[in-house]
Amino acid sequence: MSSNGDIRRVPETFKLGDWPRNCWYAAAYDVELKRELLPRKIAGRNLVMYRREDGRPAALENACWHRLMPLSEGQVEGDNVACGYHGLVFNGEGRCVFMPSQKTINPAARVRSYPVVERHRFVWVWTGDPALADPEKVPDLHWNDDPEWAGDGKLIHLECGYKLIVDNLMDLTHETFVHGASIGQRSIAEVPFDITHGTDSATVSRWMHDVEPPPFWRMQLEWKTGEPAGKVDRWQIVHFQAPSTVAIDVGVAPAGTGAAEGDRSQGVNGYVLNTMTPETERSCHYFWAFVRNYNLDDQRITTLIREGVSGVFAEDEVILAAQQRAIEEHPDKQFYNLNIDGGAMWARRLIDKMMAEESEDARYRMAASDSEMLSGTRSRVEATEADAERLGLR
Amino acid sequence: MSRGHFGPGRVRDARDVASDVRMVAIEPEAGTRPYPTGAHLDIAVIVDELPDIRSYSLVGERPADGAYRIAVKDVPDSRGGSRFVRALEPGADVEISDPESHFELQYGRPEYLLIAGGIGITPLLGMAHALERHERPFRLLYAARTRAQLAFVGELSDLLGDRLELFISDEGRRLDVGAEIDRLDPDGELYLCGPLRLRDAAVRAWRERARRADRLQFETFASGGRFAPEEFVVRLADQDGREVVVRRNRTVLDALKDQGVDMMWDCLRGECGLCAVQVLEAEGELDHRDVFLDEDQQRDGETLITCVSRAVGGAVTIDTGFRVGAGNGSSTQRIETR
Repeated sequence: MSSNGDIRRVPETFKLGDWPRNCWYAAAYDVELKRELLPRKIAGRNLVMYRREDGRPAALENACWHRLMPLSEGQVEGDNVACGYHGLVFNGEGRCVFMPSQKTINPAARVRSYPVVERHRFVWVWTGDPALADPEKVPDLHWNDDPEWAGDGKLIHLECGYKLIVDNLMDLTHETFVHGASIGQRSIAEVPFDITHGTDSATVSRWMHDVEPPPFWRMQLEWKTGEPAGKVDRWQIVHFQAPSTVAIDVGVAPAGTGAAEGDRSQGVNGYVLNTMTPETERSCHYFWAFVRNYNLDDQRITTLIREGVSGVFAEDEVILAAQQRAIEEHPDKQFYNLNIDGGAMWARRLIDKMMAEESEDARYRMAASDSEMLSGTRSRVEATEADAERLGLR
Repeated sequence: MSRGHFGPGRVRDARDVASDVRMVAIEPEAGTRPYPTGAHLDIAVIVDELPDIRSYSLVGERPADGAYRIAVKDVPDSRGGSRFVRALEPGADVEISDPESHFELQYGRPEYLLIAGGIGITPLLGMAHALERHERPFRLLYAARTRAQLAFVGELSDLLGDRLELFISDEGRRLDVGAEIDRLDPDGELYLCGPLRLRDAAVRAWRERARRADRLQFETFASGGRFAPEEFVVRLADQDGREVVVRRNRTVLDALKDQGVDMMWDCLRGECGLCAVQVLEAEGELDHRDVFLDEDQQRDGETLITCVSRAVGGAVTIDTGFRVGAGNGSSTQRIETR
């Protein structure tokens, strides 16, 4: 009676999508997770999350062992989840602790539990080999709960693969064309940039000297100094951590006050914190925050900036969803690359490297159907790699 | 029935790895796939000229050279499955399932205790490798009657050093499960595979120490019973006292099915309770081998889990719940739940 589709047949840990498995993905904002059941698809897995009585998060497979009823339709009972259909109860580790109408519990009864850790205001889950889930590997987004910084952010559900957002953030040239009313300015598309890379990170830096501040930054500089702002030196330093976290050091300082040389004291500095979690091959959860290092106690600024950035990102949402649709409508086409894509290409190569390392491990060897699913993506990446060679970006 | 997808495989080699243990390597035609700790393979066997299915734990943390490995003990009282598998020669064709695990290691605990009794070492071997590879604190206790019965000891000893302890009863060293549990971190977990007596002792000791029930995990097959199996008669009170003989190497469930008695079942491991029948009278004793009934229910002797449990010392009269003109609500396949 069983089939290959039975979730109990194949340990889902060992299947691959278009993303690495052995890493932490943000699954919820801290404020989202309560003493209630939160269902969410993370890296292709249907999860249900909740907080235990002491506040510690738990993440389980969202299908009851018995009849596959989504556990998210049930209830939190103490540290456990009770299925809303026949009342089976599972603890935060996924083991069954109650079965109806019998005195014992079938020792085979369990749902998969996922390693989970809360850090930098996000709840992170590990969908890969649980033995490798080291909390030290949580991406560094410490600005998000550092007393030296203030701000807030949101979660956006995006109808595009997570790599398209990585591309978007690794090349801020688009600000000129997509966000002209807020943060964009012509000089972003004109000045040169530097790209550096490490074994699991890449950085794109861009300095614009003696330029008019765009509205978003003029406003902030004036909030801090209380005076009309003149020309500024502006910086955008984009730090990528594989596979999908991008922390962007941004800011402006009055022109010629030494910001580029290391003295940013006259300016305003912010971090745009981004971490993208694949949901499916063509959708993702985009967690972001904007934090600043001035007027830390001013909640008005926190709210204004959060809503302002929210509006800016809504412009990206439209672009990225349209791009995803176009990719699907042109399966025979590939990407071509410009010089501006160097940062994104380093990011993609680091993602590919993580995935290749996982697939070399015998335990992650892909089933034929999985590799078939991936082949489209693979050829697209190969094309970008070949182009990188030609452009001398290696 | 929740059984995996079956496919063809071929025996690559078979050799003895202990006085009564034979390791068989099987190459699936579709290629091996990685499996979680505690995984087993189902193999289609022929017992008494009838097709049947047996489960065997996989040896090692992962498949090697495109083959799955199982270790099969020579059980004199076997129902015939192990005899079939032990007789397989290189090149023989077999039907095997995909690996599946009901006994998977849960990471994140401060310490682990692995206890193997005899052939119960098979699922624990892969666990020991996984824990070692991930540098988690653990000990492996391996009990057997004679030294010659120990399998994989050289490999384990090299891997584990003094974290491996052997308990050979013929040499006078017996395993004190309670004392070993006392040494385990209060938040530690115990994984056990071995004979019923060992499992019962561990479950009791665990409960006496008020440890969390879900932190003791055990594999249910290959655990045998309290008595050696013997032939007995089952009398069907609900079918005019008709008698069915349960031979030494057949289960009650098999025997009833062979005689065309309509039965319901699923797991075939004594876990789910679907094949339960009501016991009206037992001349001798019941040999409960399941984990569905609790100790009190087993002592009361009113229910028998027919896929694994047996009787010794005489006939048993049962009620399978069959009623002429069913639908009158008088079914007696009833499990008291207090």
